[in-house]
This record gives sequence, C-alpha cells and structure tokens, in this order.
Amino acid sequence: MPRRRRLRKVVAPPGFKGYKPYGHKENNRMVELNYEEYEAIKLADYDILNHEEASKLMGISRATFARIYESARRKIAKALVESSEIKTVFGNAHLDNDWFLCTSCHARFNQPESNTNACPICKTNNIEPIINND
Amino acid sequence: MNIVITSTGNTTDSKFDLRFGRAAYFCVYNTHDQSTKFIENENAEAQGGAGTKSAEKIIELDVKRVISGDFGPKAKELLDKFKVQMVMLDDGNSTIEAIINKIS
Repeated sequence: MPRRRRLRKVVAPPGFKGYKPYGHKENNRMVELNYEEYEAIKLADYDILNHEEASKLMGISRATFARIYESARRKIAKALVESSEIKTVFGNAHLDNDWFLCTSCHARFNQPESNTNACPICKTNNIEPIINND
Repeated sequence: MNIVITSTGNTTDSKFDLRFGRAAYFCVYNTHDQSTKFIENENAEAQGGAGTKSAEKIIELDVKRVISGDFGPKAKELLDKFKVQMVMLDDGNSTIEAIINKIS
C-alpha cells in the first residue's frame, strides 16, 4: 500500500472556477488544476518565495513542493499550447480556515461561510481569531 | 436551520456532552419552529471511527451548525468539507435547555 498523501495546506482557494481561451478553434479540451497546484504557483511566482519557505507554509517537504509546482507549470503550459480550458479542482488541499474565539462567552468556532462577524452563541461581535497550529 | 447539540441524555434537562463522536445523544434543534429532536448516537460505544461516523450522520441530517466540546481531527476535516460550522464550548455543566436559550 502506498503511503497516504499528506494534505497540502492552502491559505485561500483560487478566486475563480477556471480560465477559458477565446478566439480559437472550438475544442472540448480541459486541464484540471488542483488547488494545491494553484497555491504552489502563487507562493513561488507571485509571492516570490523559495521552495523551502513555500513548502513549510503548505506543510509538505521541499521535494513534494517542487513536484507539485512542476506539475502545475506543465498543466498551465499544456493549456496555453493546446488552447484548452483550465478548471480548478479541490485535489488534496486542506483549507487553512480560521477559528475564532468569542471573548464574551468563550465559545470557539469556525466560519465556513464567513459573512458575519457575530458569535454564533451570544451574537456579540467580541470575537478574535485563534492561530491554530494543528 | 438545524443545529445539533451533543447531549448526555434524551431530554432538554440533560447535560451538554463535551465529546462529539462518542456523545450519547444528538439533540437536533430546529430554529424555525423551535422544536427539538433527540437521536441516539449508535457510535457512542464504537471501537474506532466514532468521530467519522458521527460526522457522516450530521451531514445526512442536513445540519448547518454543531455545538460540542471538541472535535477530533477526522471529524473536523469532514465537517469542514461539507461547510458545517463547528462551535466548541467548554462548559460541561450547562443543560441543553440553557444552550438553546442562549442561541435563540
């Protein structure tokens, strides 16, 4: 049995569902870009981190990061050359979502669909983020 | 909206259960008609995987929020994926009724 895949930490999912080429001959080609691959591109080429730092942020080894980054670049290159659509898929990502603490009633909670800033128990706005390391 | 509160018994006078996967009962509280329904947790005595199985049950019940003492890593992961809000309270002495009064 192969070793289980460690989940890759992704700070924020991509803000789009995909990219489509235009002005090309119609085709149904599609490339699936995983969230962790998007994150790798973002960390290495947008935030300009080296692979060592980036891998730590994602909770994986440097070698694994390099592999994900490589695969991401190849997928994007493939999409450009073959003028195919890019679609983002969840992959093996672990979203680094935020936990909060209510300072009024000491409830701890997360906000999966965060629009409100109120505590779900006492409805006050005295909440502060918890930095969670697990 | 349905909210699940983990409970040690099957009445609203029962104490709140600090465990999630091995809670004795799940109290399903409906915020629309303010009704409560108690469901026995058949995974309470399970050898392993209680957290995962309980989380699956919560997802089946179409619940948006779960109130418990703590969640194990597997249950957390699963509930996260299905966008169920988790709330952790430390007070094991409050009753289900007291918690319902607080959130309504």
